[in-house]
Amino acid sequence: MTTPPPGRSLWNDARHRLLRNRAAVAALVVLGLIVVLVIAGPWLSPWQLDDIDWDHISTPPALEGSHWFGTDAVGRDLFVRTLHGGRISLLVGLVATAVSLVIGVTWGAVAGYLGGRIDSLMMRIVDVLYAMPFLFFVILLMVFFGRDILLIFVAIGAVNWLDMARIVRGQTLSLRRREFVEAAVVGGQSTARILLRHIVPNLLGVVAVYVTLTIPQVILVESFLSFLGLGVQEPATSWGALVNEGAQDMESAPWSLLFPAGFLAATLFCFNFIGDGLRDALDPRDR
Amino acid sequence: MLGYAFRRLLQAIPTLLVLVTLAFFMIRLAPGGPFDAEKSLPPEIQANLDRKYHLDEPLWQQYLRYLGDLARGDLGPSFQYPDYSVNELIASGFPVSAQLGAGALALALVLGLLLGSLAALRQNRFSDHAVMALAMTGISIPNFVLAPLLILAFSVHLGWLPAGGWEGNRFSHALLPTLTLALPLVAYIARLQRGSLIEVLRSPAIRTARAKGLPEYLVIGRHALKPALLPVVSFLGPAAAGVLTGSVVIEQIFGIPGLGRHFVQGALNRDYTLVLGVVIFYGALIVLFNFLVDLLYAWLDPKVRYR
Repeated sequence: MTTPPPGRSLWNDARHRLLRNRAAVAALVVLGLIVVLVIAGPWLSPWQLDDIDWDHISTPPALEGSHWFGTDAVGRDLFVRTLHGGRISLLVGLVATAVSLVIGVTWGAVAGYLGGRIDSLMMRIVDVLYAMPFLFFVILLMVFFGRDILLIFVAIGAVNWLDMARIVRGQTLSLRRREFVEAAVVGGQSTARILLRHIVPNLLGVVAVYVTLTIPQVILVESFLSFLGLGVQEPATSWGALVNEGAQDMESAPWSLLFPAGFLAATLFCFNFIGDGLRDALDPRDR
Repeated sequence: MLGYAFRRLLQAIPTLLVLVTLAFFMIRLAPGGPFDAEKSLPPEIQANLDRKYHLDEPLWQQYLRYLGDLARGDLGPSFQYPDYSVNELIASGFPVSAQLGAGALALALVLGLLLGSLAALRQNRFSDHAVMALAMTGISIPNFVLAPLLILAFSVHLGWLPAGGWEGNRFSHALLPTLTLALPLVAYIARLQRGSLIEVLRSPAIRTARAKGLPEYLVIGRHALKPALLPVVSFLGPAAAGVLTGSVVIEQIFGIPGLGRHFVQGALNRDYTLVLGVVIFYGALIVLFNFLVDLLYAWLDPKVRYR
């Protein structure tokens, strides 16, 4: 008796294809380094987020001494500030994406699975909301309800679920006619259980790709708000806020612009490469 | 076609209504009023101000009043600049923003379509990889990062271009802002066009065209490009919205006296009517643009019209 050859699941295949994609692997490594640095980095420096070093105001980056990225116009250490800003930016990216993930997947799966009038109504709502200038609504929220970090999470997440809902609905429409779903229906399972156990797990591939492409968008929106002075508040900071400060004295202190801008761009690059790689790995039409 | 246009126009009405309602109530639910200054006003003056701006009426009455004014195209007075109406402020800022935005959109379309088609026709060769790398850069570097870097390079160090400001139609003032506004869109359009053209080139219709012995330039020019344009056309709606939001930050960086600057200043000054007016104006603009894009799409793709 021979043992059957090991099966090749979708995820096995996908992992192989992803690992062969050099750009995506490099992006994963770089992103991993950024995450580790952002989490652990601030502890390496003797400075705190809002410590002011009166002897070193606007000093250029130097490896000797303790201001590795230099200091800003009021003498705060840019290494610590850049990494702290990274914590906020990445956190906003993750949490807001999670919010949009939950709303979008629920909305799309329910609309797609129930179909009929409920589906058209739900998708019509998405259409109407889609036409709204949402970034302006987020700005309104920030202005009128105060610049609360929690609000930033929720507002950005609540804005970004529309695409997710559309994609998930499309996928659900094709899933609900499949045999295993019919079997579950015939077996007398409740709608909620079918959605949770049979539909949602099969959406993971599409959702995974979309999540990796949503995170950079969300980080971008937060940076955009902070850049305009409508995002996180002092003393907390984010990459967008730092780019804004850096841009104001870039002529005399270009490093105060270049470090946060570099980190922001590198992170966005990585997420986009990983997202593209995942898409190619899970949906291997050769583009 | 006319019937389709009419149906689409009808669909725009609830969208606009939702837009106005959302924006209006969001502002009115917010804590704090437009006249909450550091020094509190005597109650009589406060009451007079409230009466002047109808803030003493119940909310639903204010809402209906606003809708009524809006139907006549009146966005009300600005709270912060009492001498100006919101209409006048929008009228002063919009031409500048429109010029900037139209320039950026046109540039993005021309560059994006050219680069995307080039990449598709040279798939997996050097020019393809170069275009895709450029596109990835355009998508990953936000324009508010790019803009200061370009100013640093071209204005501060090289001194070729002005670092900001806006003087009528001066090309030198418009170049950097238009470019930075267009670049992310160039990237998206190039990627879309590449993907769709590659897919069209594999379709049976193209095989047939080649089998008939058509020369390659006709195969591509007459049979491949038009269907390949469809995804780009449907991206135009989001692209226009992107230009609007992008111009907010670009105008801020380059000190351009456009609508986006009014919006940010209004938001920071809590100028409720101005902000409300600009949001509604932007929203209506996007709805209008989406409508035109849909018409264009239906014209290019007859399948849509008869659904």
